[in-house]
Amino acid sequence: MSQVKNFTKGFIKENPVFVLLLGMCPTLGTTTSAINGLGMGLATAFVLTMSNLVVSLVKSQIPDKVRIPSFIVIIATFVTIVELVMQAYVPALYEQLGIFIPLIVVNCIVLGRAEAFASSHTPWSSVIDGLGMGLGFAFALTILGSVRELLGSGAIFGFHMIKGNLMLAFVLAPGAFIALGYIIAVINRINKNA
Amino acid sequence: MEYFVIIISAIFVSNIVLTQFLGICPFLGVSKNISTSIGMGAAVMFVMTLATMSTWLFQYYLLNPFGLGFMQTIVFILVIAALVQMVEIILKKVSPALYQALGVYLPLITTNCAVLGVAILTIQKQFNLIEGTVYAISTAIGFTLALVIFAGIREHLDLMEVPKGMRGVPIALVVAGILAMAFMGFTGLV
Repeated sequence: MSQVKNFTKGFIKENPVFVLLLGMCPTLGTTTSAINGLGMGLATAFVLTMSNLVVSLVKSQIPDKVRIPSFIVIIATFVTIVELVMQAYVPALYEQLGIFIPLIVVNCIVLGRAEAFASSHTPWSSVIDGLGMGLGFAFALTILGSVRELLGSGAIFGFHMIKGNLMLAFVLAPGAFIALGYIIAVINRINKNA
Repeated sequence: MEYFVIIISAIFVSNIVLTQFLGICPFLGVSKNISTSIGMGAAVMFVMTLATMSTWLFQYYLLNPFGLGFMQTIVFILVIAALVQMVEIILKKVSPALYQALGVYLPLITTNCAVLGVAILTIQKQFNLIEGTVYAISTAIGFTLALVIFAGIREHLDLMEVPKGMRGVPIALVVAGILAMAFMGFTGLV
Protein backbone atom coordinates (compact mmCIF):
# COMPACT_ATOMS: atom_id res chain seq x y z
CA MET A 1 0.00 0.00 0.00
CA SER A 2 1.39 3.39 -0.95
CA GLN A 3 1.83 5.96 1.81
CA VAL A 4 -0.70 8.30 0.17
CA LYS A 5 -3.36 5.60 0.26
CA ASN A 6 -2.30 4.73 3.79
CA PHE A 7 -2.87 8.37 4.76
CA THR A 8 -6.18 8.97 2.98
CA LYS A 9 -7.96 5.76 3.95
CA GLY A 10 -8.97 7.27 7.30
CA PHE A 11 -11.10 10.00 5.77
CA ILE A 12 -13.96 8.21 4.01
CA LYS A 13 -13.26 4.59 3.20
CA GLU A 14 -12.12 3.47 6.65
CA ASN A 15 -13.26 6.48 8.61
CA PRO A 16 -12.98 5.48 12.28
CA VAL A 17 -16.32 7.05 13.24
CA PHE A 18 -18.58 6.74 10.21
CA VAL A 19 -17.46 3.32 8.94
CA LEU A 20 -15.60 1.48 11.70
CA LEU A 21 -17.89 2.90 14.43
CA LEU A 22 -15.06 3.26 16.94
CA GLY A 23 -14.73 5.96 19.56
CA MET A 24 -18.42 6.73 19.76
CA CYS A 25 -18.38 8.22 23.26
CA PRO A 26 -16.26 11.32 22.51
CA THR A 27 -17.92 11.55 19.09
CA LEU A 28 -21.34 12.01 20.62
CA GLY A 29 -20.28 13.71 23.82
CA THR A 30 -18.06 16.53 22.59
CA THR A 31 -19.62 17.61 19.31
CA THR A 32 -21.99 20.26 20.65
CA SER A 33 -20.20 22.72 18.35
CA ALA A 34 -17.79 22.52 15.43
CA ILE A 35 -14.90 23.96 17.40
CA ASN A 36 -15.33 21.47 20.26
CA GLY A 37 -15.41 18.60 17.77
CA LEU A 38 -12.27 19.87 16.05
CA GLY A 39 -10.45 20.33 19.37
CA MET A 40 -11.32 16.84 20.54
CA GLY A 41 -10.40 15.39 17.14
CA LEU A 42 -6.99 17.06 17.11
CA ALA A 43 -6.23 16.00 20.69
CA THR A 44 -7.05 12.40 19.76
CA ALA A 45 -5.05 12.67 16.52
CA PHE A 46 -1.97 13.78 18.47
CA VAL A 47 -2.26 10.88 20.93
CA LEU A 48 -2.90 8.42 18.10
CA THR A 49 0.11 9.54 16.04
CA MET A 50 2.54 9.66 18.95
CA SER A 51 1.43 6.35 20.46
CA ASN A 52 1.62 4.69 17.04
CA LEU A 53 5.19 6.00 16.65
CA VAL A 54 6.34 4.86 20.09
CA VAL A 55 4.62 1.48 19.86
CA SER A 56 6.23 0.73 16.50
CA LEU A 57 9.64 1.82 17.84
CA VAL A 58 9.56 -0.39 20.94
CA LYS A 59 7.51 -3.30 19.57
CA SER A 60 10.48 -5.68 19.37
CA GLN A 61 11.43 -5.01 23.03
CA ILE A 62 8.00 -5.81 24.47
CA PRO A 63 7.22 -9.43 25.36
CA ASP A 64 4.05 -10.58 23.70
CA LYS A 65 2.22 -11.34 26.95
CA VAL A 66 2.41 -7.85 28.43
CA ARG A 67 1.83 -6.16 25.07
CA ILE A 68 -1.60 -4.66 25.82
CA PRO A 69 -0.76 -3.21 29.28
CA SER A 70 2.43 -1.69 27.84
CA PHE A 71 0.47 -0.10 25.01
CA ILE A 72 -1.99 1.32 27.51
CA VAL A 73 0.83 2.88 29.55
CA ILE A 74 2.30 4.46 26.40
CA ILE A 75 -1.10 5.84 25.40
CA ALA A 76 -1.87 7.09 28.92
CA THR A 77 1.46 8.96 28.95
CA PHE A 78 0.53 10.93 25.83
CA VAL A 79 -2.99 11.52 27.12
CA THR A 80 -1.51 13.05 30.26
CA ILE A 81 0.72 15.29 28.12
CA VAL A 82 -2.29 16.47 26.09
CA GLU A 83 -4.27 17.03 29.29
CA LEU A 84 -1.58 19.22 30.87
CA VAL A 85 -0.87 21.18 27.67
CA MET A 86 -4.56 21.89 27.05
CA GLN A 87 -5.10 22.89 30.66
CA ALA A 88 -2.28 25.40 30.34
CA TYR A 89 -2.89 26.90 26.89
CA VAL A 90 -6.60 26.43 26.02
CA PRO A 91 -8.33 26.30 29.42
CA ALA A 92 -11.74 27.22 27.96
CA LEU A 93 -11.73 24.28 25.53
CA TYR A 94 -10.34 22.03 28.26
CA GLU A 95 -13.31 22.92 30.48
CA GLN A 96 -15.77 22.25 27.64
CA LEU A 97 -14.36 18.84 26.76
CA GLY A 98 -14.06 17.94 30.44
CA ILE A 99 -13.94 14.26 31.21
CA PHE A 100 -13.51 13.25 27.57
CA ILE A 101 -9.84 14.34 27.56
CA PRO A 102 -8.65 11.72 30.09
CA LEU A 103 -11.01 9.25 28.42
CA ILE A 104 -8.95 9.36 25.19
CA VAL A 105 -7.00 6.60 26.90
CA VAL A 106 -9.92 4.18 26.55
CA ASN A 107 -10.83 5.31 23.04
CA CYS A 108 -10.95 2.08 21.04
CA ILE A 109 -9.35 3.70 17.98
CA VAL A 110 -6.09 4.49 19.75
CA LEU A 111 -5.53 1.02 21.22
CA GLY A 112 -7.01 -0.54 18.08
CA ARG A 113 -4.48 1.12 15.76
CA ALA A 114 -1.60 0.37 18.14
CA GLU A 115 -2.55 -3.30 18.18
CA ALA A 116 -3.70 -3.74 14.58
CA PHE A 117 -1.23 -1.52 12.74
CA ALA A 118 1.69 -0.09 14.71
CA SER A 119 2.70 -3.40 16.30
CA SER A 120 3.46 -4.91 12.90
CA HIS A 121 4.61 -1.97 10.72
CA THR A 122 7.61 0.36 10.44
CA PRO A 123 7.66 3.59 12.48
CA TRP A 124 7.26 5.73 9.35
CA SER A 125 4.12 4.05 8.06
CA SER A 126 2.73 3.88 11.60
CA VAL A 127 3.05 7.65 11.90
CA ILE A 128 1.30 8.09 8.56
CA ASP A 129 -1.44 5.68 9.62
CA GLY A 130 -1.84 7.48 12.95
CA LEU A 131 -2.01 10.88 11.26
CA GLY A 132 -4.51 9.67 8.64
CA MET A 133 -6.77 7.92 11.12
CA GLY A 134 -6.47 10.77 13.64
CA LEU A 135 -7.29 13.45 11.09
CA GLY A 136 -10.12 11.27 9.77
CA PHE A 137 -11.49 11.17 13.31
CA ALA A 138 -11.10 14.96 13.65
CA PHE A 139 -12.80 15.38 10.26
CA ALA A 140 -15.77 13.26 11.36
CA LEU A 141 -16.12 15.12 14.65
CA THR A 142 -15.93 18.49 12.92
CA ILE A 143 -18.65 17.50 10.44
CA LEU A 144 -20.93 16.21 13.18
CA GLY A 145 -20.19 19.29 15.30
CA SER A 146 -20.96 21.62 12.37
CA VAL A 147 -24.25 19.88 11.58
CA ARG A 148 -25.35 20.00 15.21
CA GLU A 149 -24.26 23.61 15.68
CA LEU A 150 -25.97 24.68 12.44
CA LEU A 151 -29.25 22.93 13.27
CA GLY A 152 -29.18 23.79 16.95
CA SER A 153 -27.96 27.37 17.06
CA GLY A 154 -27.73 28.45 13.41
CA ALA A 155 -23.96 28.87 13.34
CA ILE A 156 -20.79 27.06 12.25
CA PHE A 157 -17.57 27.76 14.18
CA GLY A 158 -19.51 30.58 15.84
CA PHE A 159 -20.37 32.36 12.56
CA HIS A 160 -24.10 32.90 12.33
CA MET A 161 -25.74 31.50 9.20
CA ILE A 162 -29.45 31.13 9.89
CA LYS A 163 -31.77 33.25 11.97
CA GLY A 164 -35.06 32.36 13.61
CA ASN A 165 -36.37 29.44 15.59
CA LEU A 166 -34.06 26.46 15.50
CA MET A 167 -34.07 22.91 16.80
CA LEU A 168 -32.41 23.30 20.17
CA ALA A 169 -32.59 19.53 20.64
CA PHE A 170 -29.63 19.17 18.27
CA VAL A 171 -27.16 20.70 20.69
CA LEU A 172 -28.59 18.55 23.48
CA ALA A 173 -28.14 14.81 23.95
CA PRO A 174 -30.86 13.44 21.60
CA GLY A 175 -29.63 15.47 18.63
CA ALA A 176 -26.20 13.85 18.87
CA PHE A 177 -27.63 10.37 18.29
CA ILE A 178 -30.05 11.44 15.58
CA ALA A 179 -27.57 13.57 13.61
CA LEU A 180 -24.93 10.83 13.71
CA GLY A 181 -27.50 8.24 12.62
CA TYR A 182 -28.41 10.21 9.51
CA ILE A 183 -24.78 11.04 8.67
CA ILE A 184 -23.84 7.35 8.84
CA ALA A 185 -26.79 6.50 6.59
CA VAL A 186 -25.53 9.02 4.00
CA ILE A 187 -21.93 7.72 4.22
CA ASN A 188 -23.19 4.12 3.81
CA ARG A 189 -24.98 5.22 0.70
CA ILE A 190 -21.86 6.95 -0.72
CA ASN A 191 -19.60 3.99 0.04
CA LYS A 192 -22.02 1.56 -1.59
CA ASN A 193 -22.28 3.57 -4.78
CA ALA A 194 -18.54 4.17 -5.05
CA MET B 1 -31.69 12.08 51.63
CA GLU B 2 -28.30 12.85 50.13
CA TYR B 3 -27.94 9.27 48.95
CA PHE B 4 -31.43 9.33 47.52
CA VAL B 5 -30.51 12.36 45.39
CA ILE B 6 -27.32 10.66 44.20
CA ILE B 7 -29.23 7.51 43.27
CA ILE B 8 -32.07 9.23 41.39
CA SER B 9 -29.79 11.60 39.52
CA ALA B 10 -27.37 8.83 38.51
CA ILE B 11 -30.10 6.49 37.25
CA PHE B 12 -32.52 8.89 35.57
CA VAL B 13 -31.56 12.56 35.42
CA SER B 14 -28.01 12.23 34.21
CA ASN B 15 -28.15 8.72 32.83
CA ILE B 16 -24.62 7.65 32.00
CA VAL B 17 -25.41 6.47 28.47
CA LEU B 18 -28.19 8.71 27.28
CA THR B 19 -27.11 12.06 28.68
CA GLN B 20 -23.41 11.69 29.46
CA PHE B 21 -22.43 9.58 26.45
CA LEU B 22 -20.23 7.14 28.32
CA GLY B 23 -20.28 3.45 27.50
CA ILE B 24 -21.76 3.90 24.03
CA CYS B 25 -19.75 1.00 22.55
CA PRO B 26 -21.42 -1.73 24.64
CA PHE B 27 -24.69 0.18 24.36
CA LEU B 28 -24.64 -0.25 20.58
CA GLY B 29 -22.68 -3.50 20.47
CA VAL B 30 -24.22 -5.81 23.09
CA SER B 31 -27.82 -4.64 22.96
CA LYS B 32 -29.11 -7.12 20.41
CA ASN B 33 -31.24 -9.01 22.95
CA ILE B 34 -32.43 -8.54 26.49
CA SER B 35 -30.63 -11.44 28.19
CA THR B 36 -27.14 -10.47 27.00
CA SER B 37 -27.74 -6.88 27.98
CA ILE B 38 -28.67 -7.94 31.50
CA GLY B 39 -25.45 -9.99 31.64
CA MET B 40 -23.41 -7.05 30.44
CA GLY B 41 -25.15 -4.75 32.93
CA ALA B 42 -24.35 -7.10 35.82
CA ALA B 43 -20.70 -7.38 34.78
CA VAL B 44 -20.41 -3.59 34.50
CA MET B 45 -22.00 -3.10 37.91
CA PHE B 46 -19.55 -5.53 39.50
CA VAL B 47 -16.45 -4.00 37.93
CA MET B 48 -17.59 -0.38 38.18
CA THR B 49 -18.24 -0.60 41.92
CA LEU B 50 -14.94 -2.34 42.65
CA ALA B 51 -13.05 0.01 40.34
CA THR B 52 -14.53 3.15 41.86
CA MET B 53 -13.73 1.96 45.38
CA SER B 54 -10.14 1.02 44.57
CA THR B 55 -9.37 4.12 42.48
CA TRP B 56 -10.82 6.24 45.29
CA LEU B 57 -8.41 4.62 47.74
CA PHE B 58 -5.51 5.13 45.32
CA GLN B 59 -6.44 8.78 44.82
CA TYR B 60 -6.73 9.70 48.50
CA TYR B 61 -4.03 7.48 49.99
CA LEU B 62 -1.40 7.46 47.25
CA LEU B 63 -1.79 10.29 44.72
CA ASN B 64 -2.92 13.14 46.97
CA PRO B 65 -0.43 12.68 49.85
CA PHE B 66 2.49 12.53 47.42
CA GLY B 67 1.24 15.32 45.12
CA LEU B 68 0.97 12.99 42.13
CA GLY B 69 -2.40 14.25 40.87
CA PHE B 70 -1.13 14.44 37.29
CA MET B 71 -0.59 10.67 37.28
CA GLN B 72 -4.35 10.11 37.74
CA THR B 73 -5.11 8.88 34.22
CA ILE B 74 -2.23 6.40 34.09
CA VAL B 75 -2.77 5.04 37.60
CA PHE B 76 -6.54 4.68 37.19
CA ILE B 77 -6.41 2.83 33.88
CA LEU B 78 -3.75 0.45 35.25
CA VAL B 79 -5.77 -0.18 38.40
CA ILE B 80 -8.87 -0.92 36.32
CA ALA B 81 -7.02 -3.19 33.90
CA ALA B 82 -5.40 -5.11 36.76
CA LEU B 83 -8.72 -5.30 38.58
CA VAL B 84 -10.53 -6.77 35.60
CA GLN B 85 -7.80 -9.39 35.19
CA MET B 86 -7.98 -10.25 38.89
CA VAL B 87 -11.77 -10.46 38.94
CA GLU B 88 -11.59 -12.79 35.96
CA ILE B 89 -9.06 -15.11 37.64
CA ILE B 90 -10.86 -15.11 41.01
CA LEU B 91 -14.30 -15.70 39.48
CA LYS B 92 -12.93 -18.60 37.45
CA LYS B 93 -11.66 -20.25 40.67
CA VAL B 94 -14.40 -19.33 43.14
CA SER B 95 -17.60 -19.29 41.16
CA PRO B 96 -17.46 -21.00 37.79
CA ALA B 97 -21.20 -20.45 37.32
CA LEU B 98 -20.89 -16.69 37.67
CA TYR B 99 -17.81 -16.78 35.46
CA GLN B 100 -19.82 -18.58 32.80
CA ALA B 101 -22.42 -15.85 32.94
CA LEU B 102 -20.16 -12.79 33.06
CA GLY B 103 -16.90 -14.13 31.62
CA VAL B 104 -17.36 -13.07 28.03
CA TYR B 105 -18.10 -9.48 28.98
CA LEU B 106 -15.18 -8.97 31.34
CA PRO B 107 -12.37 -8.34 28.82
CA LEU B 108 -14.60 -5.81 27.03
CA ILE B 109 -14.98 -3.81 30.20
CA THR B 110 -11.37 -2.60 30.48
CA THR B 111 -11.94 -0.36 27.49
CA ASN B 112 -15.45 0.59 28.54
CA CYS B 113 -15.10 4.31 29.09
CA ALA B 114 -17.98 4.31 31.58
CA VAL B 115 -15.81 2.55 34.18
CA LEU B 116 -12.90 4.97 33.96
CA GLY B 117 -15.37 7.83 33.54
CA VAL B 118 -17.22 7.07 36.76
CA ALA B 119 -13.92 6.63 38.63
CA ILE B 120 -12.78 10.09 37.52
CA LEU B 121 -16.20 11.71 38.07
CA THR B 122 -16.30 10.37 41.63
CA ILE B 123 -13.04 12.22 42.34
CA GLN B 124 -14.21 15.37 40.51
CA LYS B 125 -17.47 15.48 42.45
CA GLN B 126 -15.46 15.06 45.70
CA PHE B 127 -17.60 12.20 46.97
CA ASN B 128 -16.44 10.28 50.03
CA LEU B 129 -15.94 6.53 49.79
CA ILE B 130 -19.55 5.58 50.63
CA GLU B 131 -21.08 8.24 48.37
CA GLY B 132 -18.72 7.13 45.62
CA THR B 133 -19.79 3.52 46.01
CA VAL B 134 -23.48 4.44 45.97
CA TYR B 135 -22.85 6.62 42.91
CA ALA B 136 -21.06 3.78 41.09
CA ILE B 137 -23.80 1.24 41.84
CA SER B 138 -26.61 3.56 40.76
CA THR B 139 -24.75 4.62 37.63
CA ALA B 140 -24.42 0.95 36.73
CA ILE B 141 -28.16 0.49 37.34
CA GLY B 142 -28.80 3.42 34.99
CA PHE B 143 -26.51 1.82 32.42
CA THR B 144 -28.32 -1.52 32.68
CA LEU B 145 -31.71 0.20 32.48
CA ALA B 146 -30.78 2.06 29.29
CA LEU B 147 -29.26 -1.09 27.80
CA VAL B 148 -32.29 -3.28 28.58
CA ILE B 149 -34.84 -0.75 27.27
CA PHE B 150 -32.78 -0.29 24.13
CA ALA B 151 -32.42 -4.04 23.61
CA GLY B 152 -36.18 -4.43 23.96
CA ILE B 153 -36.76 -1.83 21.26
CA ARG B 154 -34.13 -3.35 19.01
CA GLU B 155 -35.71 -6.80 19.23
CA HIS B 156 -38.83 -5.26 17.75
CA LEU B 157 -36.86 -3.18 15.29
CA ASP B 158 -35.58 -6.33 13.59
CA LEU B 159 -39.13 -7.11 12.48
CA MET B 160 -39.82 -3.65 11.09
CA GLU B 161 -39.41 -2.55 7.52
CA VAL B 162 -36.69 0.06 7.67
CA PRO B 163 -35.49 1.98 4.57
CA LYS B 164 -32.42 0.28 3.12
CA GLY B 165 -29.82 2.94 3.89
CA MET B 166 -31.02 3.28 7.47
CA ARG B 167 -30.77 -0.40 8.41
CA GLY B 168 -28.47 -1.43 11.24
CA VAL B 169 -26.54 1.25 13.07
CA PRO B 170 -28.20 4.40 11.64
CA ILE B 171 -31.71 3.44 12.75
CA ALA B 172 -30.34 2.23 16.11
CA LEU B 173 -28.80 5.67 16.64
CA VAL B 174 -32.02 7.46 15.75
CA VAL B 175 -33.93 5.23 18.19
CA ALA B 176 -31.31 5.98 20.85
CA GLY B 177 -31.87 9.67 20.15
CA ILE B 178 -35.59 9.33 20.77
CA LEU B 179 -34.87 7.35 23.93
CA ALA B 180 -32.53 10.15 25.06
CA MET B 181 -35.35 12.60 24.40
CA ALA B 182 -37.58 10.56 26.70
CA PHE B 183 -34.92 10.62 29.40
CA MET B 184 -34.69 14.41 29.05
CA GLY B 185 -38.13 14.44 30.65
CA PHE B 186 -36.43 13.64 33.96
CA THR B 187 -34.44 16.89 33.87
CA GLY B 188 -35.18 19.03 36.89
CA LEU B 189 -36.39 16.08 38.96
CA VAL B 190 -33.75 16.64 41.62
